[in-house]
Amino acid sequence: MRRRGVGASAVTKKKLESARYKERGTELAAQQLEQLSSQLETFHTNLEEFAAKHKNEIRKDPQFRHQFQQMCASIGVDPLASGKGFWSEMLGVGDFYYELGVQAVEICIATRSQNGGILTMDELHKRLMKTRGRYGQDITQEDIRTAIKKLKVLGTGFALLGSASKQIIQSVPGELNMDHTAILDLAQQTNGKVSASQVQSALLWSPERTQQVLEHLTREGMAWADDQAKDKQRLYWFPALFNSDRKLKS
Amino acid sequence: MDRFSWSTGGPLYGEKEILKQSSVRIYDGDEKTSYDDGSLILTTHQIIWRDSSDFQICISVPLCLVVFCEKQSGGIGRSAKLSVHLQAAQANRTPGPVSRSRYDYVRFSFKNGGESEFHTKLQSAMQTKEWEKTSSQATSSPVSKSSAKTGPIRASGIVGIERKIEENRRVTDKNISVAFQDLTKLMEKAKEMVSLSSNIANKIKDKKGDITDDETVKFKSYLLSLGIPNPVTKETHGSGTHYHMQLAHEIASLLKQPLEENAGIMLLSDAYCRINRARGMELLSPEDLLNACRMLDNLKLHMKLREFETGVLVLQLDSHSDEKVISQTTELVDDSKSLSAQELANLVSVSVLLAKERLLLAERAGKLCRDDSDEGLRFYPNLFAQPMR
Repeated sequence: MRRRGVGASAVTKKKLESARYKERGTELAAQQLEQLSSQLETFHTNLEEFAAKHKNEIRKDPQFRHQFQQMCASIGVDPLASGKGFWSEMLGVGDFYYELGVQAVEICIATRSQNGGILTMDELHKRLMKTRGRYGQDITQEDIRTAIKKLKVLGTGFALLGSASKQIIQSVPGELNMDHTAILDLAQQTNGKVSASQVQSALLWSPERTQQVLEHLTREGMAWADDQAKDKQRLYWFPALFNSDRKLKS
Repeated sequence: MDRFSWSTGGPLYGEKEILKQSSVRIYDGDEKTSYDDGSLILTTHQIIWRDSSDFQICISVPLCLVVFCEKQSGGIGRSAKLSVHLQAAQANRTPGPVSRSRYDYVRFSFKNGGESEFHTKLQSAMQTKEWEKTSSQATSSPVSKSSAKTGPIRASGIVGIERKIEENRRVTDKNISVAFQDLTKLMEKAKEMVSLSSNIANKIKDKKGDITDDETVKFKSYLLSLGIPNPVTKETHGSGTHYHMQLAHEIASLLKQPLEENAGIMLLSDAYCRINRARGMELLSPEDLLNACRMLDNLKLHMKLREFETGVLVLQLDSHSDEKVISQTTELVDDSKSLSAQELANLVSVSVLLAKERLLLAERAGKLCRDDSDEGLRFYPNLFAQPMR
């Protein structure tokens, strides 16, 4: 039988040992994570490929279709990857544009918390290309425009605004927009008036988003535009806040 | 025929006999051979032919060499046959009756019938691949490795070209069948794969927090996971009113919860995205969705389609119907003496526009009075309509 170590050297040794075990443990965990990530990647590639190549066969079998969808959900693969094809190209029919529409709306909803429902065309294009994966066909901004036009029957809540050179997609209409409240809150702290740059820096919004909201408030009569400010920046005044402003001063 | 080896007929390691059929003749490709009357035995590992008069004559071919098999029905004076296409023989093959053949397939002629059953059993044996499971231990097997490499066929002249064409066709055939096999394979193992995929994803979530940082992918995963097993389609429900009614039911059951989480209101375009993600590959057109949503109210599904003056379409829960909104708004105004649209918006956390709309609605119902000044629009409880105290 081995003699058990005693004294200071034994303690140091034990400490060293446990440190080594710990190190090995993290190493193993990292390795495992790496393996899992590569498995995930394999799954990802295969599912993308199958979604693009075997769409019709997958659709035919309801049970399998559901299972395929479950796999896509776990791995985060988009099952929609139809090619444009002849008929879509010529007549704009078929699943291609519907798929694109679903994906576009999805991106808008997912990014809403950051951008308040205002997305530039370039940004949407970039994100769409990413979501459609390696096996999806390349899409153009013209395709996106066609897809969004097909959503027109769903009301004006999802709309393409601006000129062709700098288009933006608005997915939150005034009726559901909480940004107005945020600006009014801000204006309350700044004596009932704000400028666009003030809003941008205080709320960390994009110029597009700020502009949309301020213009909307002006149109609705909730804000008054003032172009006579000293630094040539347009100021927006909120008459609803005049009262509280005065109260503050008195 | 050059793929056959002499055999003892004794079982290999882990081998089981599946089927036996008597009075079978072997053709080497299209040519008759002297192996004209024997019993054909299918096992989990190989096909064995044993002469019916001399049991010493016994030859076999391993199943791993079989590429595919097809039936040829018989006729008058012709018995039914089974063509079995074979891969090139392995280099270390134990010697057999024929050392070289110009055919890549053999045919079995079933004088007593039974070719159909043999065909089915052979195919299922090829799919199960029992020999792969035991081949590592099977030292006595003539097959040392199941993944036999196809050796190059060296030939010249017309025969060579023909052979090459034939080879190409076979490769193409095989590629097609393999490509299809992949999907069928995936379908066979779908259940397994579903749990595996979610396993991997869950483990990664445990370790890293999430499978990705991309918010779109996260949202997509979530929407897809709410999948509808049997979406209503035109194939199953026709294309008329009945179809839209069934769709309305589907929409109502799917969107009830998200609506409740979203203050009872949802843009129709959002609904379009959610419903189509849940349906997976069975996409719904915007027109069909709109038609189905128009029926929600009549079908009493606790929600309805609503259009704002600006042309914005939303789905709204019935719990947010006009009467309820009016009484709630009036109560809030009563509590705080007076309210502007913005103050109400803050109180019930809806947009300013919707809040204004609610106040106007209550006003029209005679519950509130307005005070319209240059400081904006404020609403007060309607004291005129209340009985004098």
